[in-house]
Amino acid sequence: MVEPVLRMEGLCKSFGSLIATDDLHLDIAQGEIHAIIGPNGAGKTTLVAQISGELRPDRGRISFAGREITRLSVAARSALGLARSFQITSIFPDFTALDNVALAVQAHAGHSFRFWRPAHGDAALRQPAGEVLERIGLGARANEPAANLSHGEQRQLEIAMALATEPSLLLLDEPMAGMGRDESARMVALLQSVKGRLTIVLIEHDMDAVFALADRITVLVYGRAIATGRPEEIRANAAVRAAYLGTENASLDSAADANA
Amino acid sequence: MNRRQIWLTLITLTLFALVPPLTSIFGQPFYVDLMARIMIFALAAISLDFILGHGGMVSFGHAAYMGIGAYTVGIFSYYGIDNGFIQFPLAIAAAALIGLIFGALSLRTSGVYFIMITLAFAQMLYFLAISLEEFGGDDGMAASRSKFAGLIDLNDSNQFYYLVLACLALMLFILHRLVQSRFGMVIRACRTNEKRMQALGFQTYRYKLTAFVIAASMCGLSGALFANLNEFVSPDAMHWTRSGEIMIMVIMGGIGTLIGPVLGATGFLLLEEYLPEWMEMFMTDAGEHWAIVMGPILIVIVLFGRGGIHALFARKWLARGNGHG
Repeated sequence: MVEPVLRMEGLCKSFGSLIATDDLHLDIAQGEIHAIIGPNGAGKTTLVAQISGELRPDRGRISFAGREITRLSVAARSALGLARSFQITSIFPDFTALDNVALAVQAHAGHSFRFWRPAHGDAALRQPAGEVLERIGLGARANEPAANLSHGEQRQLEIAMALATEPSLLLLDEPMAGMGRDESARMVALLQSVKGRLTIVLIEHDMDAVFALADRITVLVYGRAIATGRPEEIRANAAVRAAYLGTENASLDSAADANA
Repeated sequence: MNRRQIWLTLITLTLFALVPPLTSIFGQPFYVDLMARIMIFALAAISLDFILGHGGMVSFGHAAYMGIGAYTVGIFSYYGIDNGFIQFPLAIAAAALIGLIFGALSLRTSGVYFIMITLAFAQMLYFLAISLEEFGGDDGMAASRSKFAGLIDLNDSNQFYYLVLACLALMLFILHRLVQSRFGMVIRACRTNEKRMQALGFQTYRYKLTAFVIAASMCGLSGALFANLNEFVSPDAMHWTRSGEIMIMVIMGGIGTLIGPVLGATGFLLLEEYLPEWMEMFMTDAGEHWAIVMGPILIVIVLFGRGGIHALFARKWLARGNGHG
């Protein structure tokens, strides 16, 4: 197997007596969409925080693109090409959609100690930002304040901002959260369109989306990875089915049928 | 800053510029000093508005930088150096340096802790000034007006007035550009969601610290002017209530609007000046209790006048715009 883009080795994180990440080993391969699923409280959010740099693991190491990043700040990881979206929509509501994306472009266009020229007239920021918005299907909404966009559009904008930093790895924290059926379908199409060009780690509850998109799936339960494999392997895995009892089991089945 | 704010700024500055000729027509030269005082506080208020309104940094120790600027002028004057070309740049530099140190430490915290630590640093300087017996301690010390040989004569109150106005106009222009620059976008976005900015790859601490130092140095300039206006400096310039007053000017005028705090400073200081007189008209000796009326006025403005004085103008103009459309 080729060198993984992102590697987690023996990651541990606990809050008091609560173990959120328990000796986690995980390799994310170049160009794949790797979904991480698990019941509530499985430690998905804690894991995202450790990958993005908000939380330091108690033990273990994380390496990205062949470099150890365990102790790097959030901003430094972003500079290396690790972009993320947030579970709670994190856009700048006072700024227009274009401003939001232009800010993301600016983040990776050298330092921002530029005090005099108005950023609004800066073609070096506006043009690439406009292109990303077009690509993501928000071109017509470019000059709309982000607060006026629909929930689905805001989620798209969130992805657009992450893409505008030209990352090699995209960490998506529940991109379908709070979305209707149509909006989810649009998001799936959007992610499919960028598939292959970059590596995606996808944390998601929507099983239809996970099975439609993922190349590989890791199932997290109580901070441990109980299984990693291709979607059909995960579907057939007895331990996974045991973890997803009741209604969750049903949703796993229906997703399996839909993609059969 | 939108077009409306630019117009409001130009109108306000024009009105300020008309004060000296008007007061000489009406034979009321006293107003020139009052208005100069207002503009000096307006300068301090816009520097606070830059980090508070645009950067979301609630600095509760802004008077410290005004005090540093004032004391720099005062101390030079004490040692017989009244050259403004030396005093003013050093007053600004000293405020910037203290801002760098205080900011570097304060910005490691956020929220209530940031407010408390900036307040604590300012109080530290206040008590330091009190302990400096050499420079008058509690009582403060006299300072002669700075000399800008061959340029202007600050002993002429009109010339001093126009220097203050020029400083205010220049700083408004600089901040106006700053807010819209790449740097300004970073600062404004940090106010909304700093975590998101870090995830985008911005080292937010550096940008916020730079903004903090810029604000401190501008406030240092206002302090240098303040020492010249009073021909006197004292620790009172740094007391925490002074920091509170500057913040009230910003809130009263409209946070994050730049011209708002100028109007806020005007409103606040005019009230402070005339409220006692007006109260005397209703009841003898009521004037000394002016704060009893001032307090409720401020509460009403904060509770019901969201957006401050600036919003008052904005709303009016908006209504007129709709009428035409």
